[in-house]
Amino acid sequence: MLRDITIGQYYPENSIIHRLDPRFKILATFVYIISLFIIDKLFAYTLVTVFLGILIILSKVPLAYILRGLKPIFIIIIITFGINIFMTKGVVIYNIGPLEITKEGLTTAVFMVLRLIYLIVGTSLLTLTTSPIQLTDGIEKLLNPFKRIGVPAHELAMMMTIALRFIPTLLEETDKIMKAQMARGADFESGNIVKRAKSLIPLLVPLFIGAFRRADDLAMAMEARCYRGGENRTRMKELRLHKRDYIASVIVIAFVVLLIFTRIQG
Amino acid sequence: MSIIIKDLVHVYNPDSPFETVALSNINFKIEKGEFVGLIGHTGSGKSTLIQHLNGLLKATSGKIYINDLDISQKDVKLSEVRKKVGLVFQYPEYQLFEETVFKDVAFGPFNLGLEQKEIESRVKEALEIVGLNFEEIKDRSPFELSGGQRRRIAIAGVIAMKPEVLILDEPTAGLDPEGRDEILAQIKELHSKYKMTVILVSHSMEDIARLVNKIIVMDKGKVALIGTPREVFKKADILEKIGLGVPQITYLVRKLREKGIAIREDVLTVDEAKEEIIKLIRGKKHA
Repeated sequence: MLRDITIGQYYPENSIIHRLDPRFKILATFVYIISLFIIDKLFAYTLVTVFLGILIILSKVPLAYILRGLKPIFIIIIITFGINIFMTKGVVIYNIGPLEITKEGLTTAVFMVLRLIYLIVGTSLLTLTTSPIQLTDGIEKLLNPFKRIGVPAHELAMMMTIALRFIPTLLEETDKIMKAQMARGADFESGNIVKRAKSLIPLLVPLFIGAFRRADDLAMAMEARCYRGGENRTRMKELRLHKRDYIASVIVIAFVVLLIFTRIQG
Repeated sequence: MSIIIKDLVHVYNPDSPFETVALSNINFKIEKGEFVGLIGHTGSGKSTLIQHLNGLLKATSGKIYINDLDISQKDVKLSEVRKKVGLVFQYPEYQLFEETVFKDVAFGPFNLGLEQKEIESRVKEALEIVGLNFEEIKDRSPFELSGGQRRRIAIAGVIAMKPEVLILDEPTAGLDPEGRDEILAQIKELHSKYKMTVILVSHSMEDIARLVNKIIVMDKGKVALIGTPREVFKKADILEKIGLGVPQITYLVRKLREKGIAIREDVLTVDEAKEEIIKLIRGKKHA
């Protein structure tokens, strides 16, 4: 049951998208997110769709696998669609009782939903094609300039690395404890909210105790290996920009300029 | 309480790049009152297999019959199955959560919907079976006890449900030799005195040879060997090929035979070896 979560999961593959520099990929994702809020025309949406489609094909990640990440936000998508379609004033094209569907409403609803979907698909493409280690390396490097104003770049990155590293471990542990308590007749699935919340105690108590125990062990193991923060720390794999990263940057910039252009034109 | 497994297959993460076949075409039968040892390398599918026996995992295909009831069917009441088949996971002490030992052991019986009096007597009995003093320990917090004691409490928590089949996944992992012997003796008692069918997952060939009357050897998600300890441990070469072994004493006996000493081949325990060697020496003296 817990194995179905795909958001933030890495999909091992050897594609051009996987090989791009994580710093570039993080920045490009930011630019992509912002550009999603610039566009307002059908033509621009078509452009984004094509662009995203090409990226997905290049990444070699199966489309079904990416779309699975949309499952958890399905309800949000439906609500967004509903609110936009009924709440926008304009030319009425259809009536369901007191509810009116307007032409403007339909357009905004479709665009908003597309925006949400593209947002999720685009960002999950980042995590699917970038291993957690690369991702945190990239974030650390990008935050480095802010060290001067007191941003603890290395510490933040290390915290993220550890957190990401322990997500599967904790999921596994949750699964195990859940099964163990189910073997003793615990029931996590039926009853009202109060009963269900109560039934979580046998799961949460051992899970928390386990998490603290692990944290303690890990801190000890890191200290035993003389870890003392980012000062003078070198790394085995240095991030280096390649030709492909420069080419990709040019493409992304051109793409954004094109999108801005479609906006100004109208 | 017989268990029949027919063509059992289990696949983890189907249709994803992480797809792994954990079990393929498992077939065996366990009769009521048997003491079964389940051995195999890490990742051979032992843990996956035992989780099928009380419905924690659903078979991808194949059938599992517990007392002629097919538990792989959809409309089976799993709570009934779990009442009959008790499962003690690896390192069960990490599942304790209550404030007192009593409450923790009572969790299972309470979930069965038993009366307070019955629960109390079961908790008492279970704690005594695992060798703990009920009066002394019942009001203490499980978290202030030693690892070995916590392990026993967790095992008591399953015993208190009075299952007909008890499955233990490496119940002695990480214990000192004394604690290990005690727990194994108590498990043996559960089998002989309380007539439970016991399935013991273990890495120790010595313990398996000493305790069980049937061995199932797993390798890469398949049943590699099945039979009595004598039958299975005769096939030392197959066991070694899959990264397992035979009891140390069996190796000793083989060495002796290589040197031309005519000792019986299928010696499994130290006591047996002692008897055999004494017999040999006495026989020589008389000759």
